[in-house]
Amino acid sequence: MGLSLYTSMTQWDMLSKAQFVGFQNYIRIFTEDKLFLKSIQNTLYFTFLSVPLQMIIALGGALLLNSQVKGKGVFRTIFYLPSLIPIVVSSVMWLWLFNYQYGLINYFLNLLGADRVKWIDSTKMVIPSLAIMNIWNIGNVMVIFLAGLQGIPTDLLEAVDIDGGRYWHKFRFVILPLLSPVILYNMIVNVIKCLQLFVEPYIMTNGGPVNSSLSFVLHIYNNAFKYGKMGIANAMSWVLFILTMIISLIIFKTSNQWTFYEGDKQ
Amino acid sequence: MRSRRIGAAIGIYLLLVVGAIICLVPLFWLIRSSLMSTENMFKLPLILFPREFRLQNYVDVFTMVPFARFYANTVFVVTFNIIGALISNLMIAYGLARIEFKGRKLMFSLSIGTLMLPANVQLIPLFLEWNWFGKVNTFLPLTVPAFFGNAFFIFMLYQFLRTIPRDFDEAAFMDGASYPVIIARVIFPLMKPAMAVVAIFQFMFTWNDFMSPLLFLNDTNKYTLAIGIRTFISTFYTPWGVLMAAATLTILPLIVLFFIAQRYFVSGLTIGGIKG
Repeated sequence: MGLSLYTSMTQWDMLSKAQFVGFQNYIRIFTEDKLFLKSIQNTLYFTFLSVPLQMIIALGGALLLNSQVKGKGVFRTIFYLPSLIPIVVSSVMWLWLFNYQYGLINYFLNLLGADRVKWIDSTKMVIPSLAIMNIWNIGNVMVIFLAGLQGIPTDLLEAVDIDGGRYWHKFRFVILPLLSPVILYNMIVNVIKCLQLFVEPYIMTNGGPVNSSLSFVLHIYNNAFKYGKMGIANAMSWVLFILTMIISLIIFKTSNQWTFYEGDKQ
Repeated sequence: MRSRRIGAAIGIYLLLVVGAIICLVPLFWLIRSSLMSTENMFKLPLILFPREFRLQNYVDVFTMVPFARFYANTVFVVTFNIIGALISNLMIAYGLARIEFKGRKLMFSLSIGTLMLPANVQLIPLFLEWNWFGKVNTFLPLTVPAFFGNAFFIFMLYQFLRTIPRDFDEAAFMDGASYPVIIARVIFPLMKPAMAVVAIFQFMFTWNDFMSPLLFLNDTNKYTLAIGIRTFISTFYTPWGVLMAAATLTILPLIVLFFIAQRYFVSGLTIGGIKG
C-alpha cells in the first residue's frame, strides 16, 4: 500500500529510476487526460444501468422460485448456470451472439420483424450490450435473494392473509422490509463488482468503438502495461479506490432510510 | 378462487420457462457453434441446428495452440490454490476465533476490511512487488497468495467456528494437544462441510481468474485456460468453431463440479449475505 502511494506520486516507466513528482500525477489525470473522465463516465453508466435492472430481475426470479410450484429445483439450477461460466468464456460467447450478421440475437430480432441492431459495434449500444451480458449472469444474486426470502417467517405472511391482504400487500409490507438488508448486501457487492469492469471490454471491444466502452480499469491497465506509465496508472487506482469507497458509503448512509433490521425494532 | 390460483400457477410457470430459455440459449449457441465448420457458421440464413457434428474442432483446439498445456497449467495452479486456501484460512480463522491475544479485534476488522478493497486497486502494487522479487512469468504470483488467506473465507470459517463448542478444543488441550494438532484432529473433521465450500469456491475463483495470469504470465507455454482462450482471437482470422470448442472444454469441469456439489454452492453464497 505504501509503495503504491509513493509510486502514484512518481513519474516512472519501469526502466529508469522513479522520479518523485508529488501530486502532479493526480493533477495530470484530471486535467490532461480526457480519456480518464470518459472511462469513469462509461463505468458509471454501465454500473447504474446494470445493477438496478439485475436486482429487479433477480428479485422477481427469486419470488417465482419461492412460490409453491413443482420443479423449483430444476429452474434454480438452470438460473444458476450462467454464473458458473468464466467471464472470458461468456465474453467470447456473447461476442458471437452479438455479431451483427451471424449473431443469434439479431436473428431473433429479424424473426420478430425488427431491424438488426449494431450491438457492440456502435458507440450508443456497446455499454447497454455489456449490461445485458452482465444481467444474464444472474445466479449469485438470485440465490442470495432466495435464501433471504426463505428466512421470512411464515406467520407474518399468514397474518396478511387473515387480514384479507393481497399478494401485493405481502410484498410491500412484509417481504420488502424484511428483505431490505439482503437487498443492501446485494447492491453493495454488485456496485463494487461493476465498477471493476475489465475483462468484457478487454476481450470484446478493446474499449472501442471510439473509446465508448473504455472502462476505468481497462484505462488503468492500458496506462500501466501498454504505455508503461506506472505512476499515472497507480494514481488512477487510488482514484478508483476512493470513488468505490465514496459510492459504497453513500449507499450505506442512505440505507438507514430504507433498511429494516428486526433486532432494532422497539 | 380456485381458477385464479391455477391461472397464477400457469403464469409463474410461463415466466420461469421464459427465464430458463434465456439462461440456456447462449450456452446452446456455444455448443452448437463448437460443432460447426467456419463456412457453415457464416451462412445466411443461419443454420440453427447443425445437421452433422463436426468434431474436428475439438481436435483442432489441441493442435492449433498448446491447449493441453493450458489445461495442465490450470490444474496445477488450481491444486496449489486449494491446498493453500484450506490450510491458511482454517488456521487464521481458528486463531481469530479461539486464541486470545492482544489486538485480536483489530486483526479481525483489518482482515474483514480487505473484503471492501476491490482486487483491481491492488493490481499494480502487486505487479510491482512480484516484479521486484523477479518472479514475474512464474507460477509463484498465482499460487503463493492463496497461502495467506482470503477475507471472505476467513469470515465464513470464523462464523462456522463459533457454532462449535469450545469444550472440544479445551478437552484436547487438557490432554496436552498443541494448536496444530487440535486444528487437524478436532476442528478439521467438524468443519468438513465448510472446508468443502472453501475448496469449491477457491476452485471457481482460480479456474476463472483472468487478471492475474494476464499480468504475470508472458510465456505462452505457461498460460492458464482463461488467458489461453484469448490466443484464438485475432484481428485477421478468428476460427470461431475452434474457439467455441475451446470455450466449451473450459467450462466443462465447472459444470460437472456444480452438479456434483450443488448444495455447497448455495450454502457458500448465502453465508455472507444472510449471517453477515
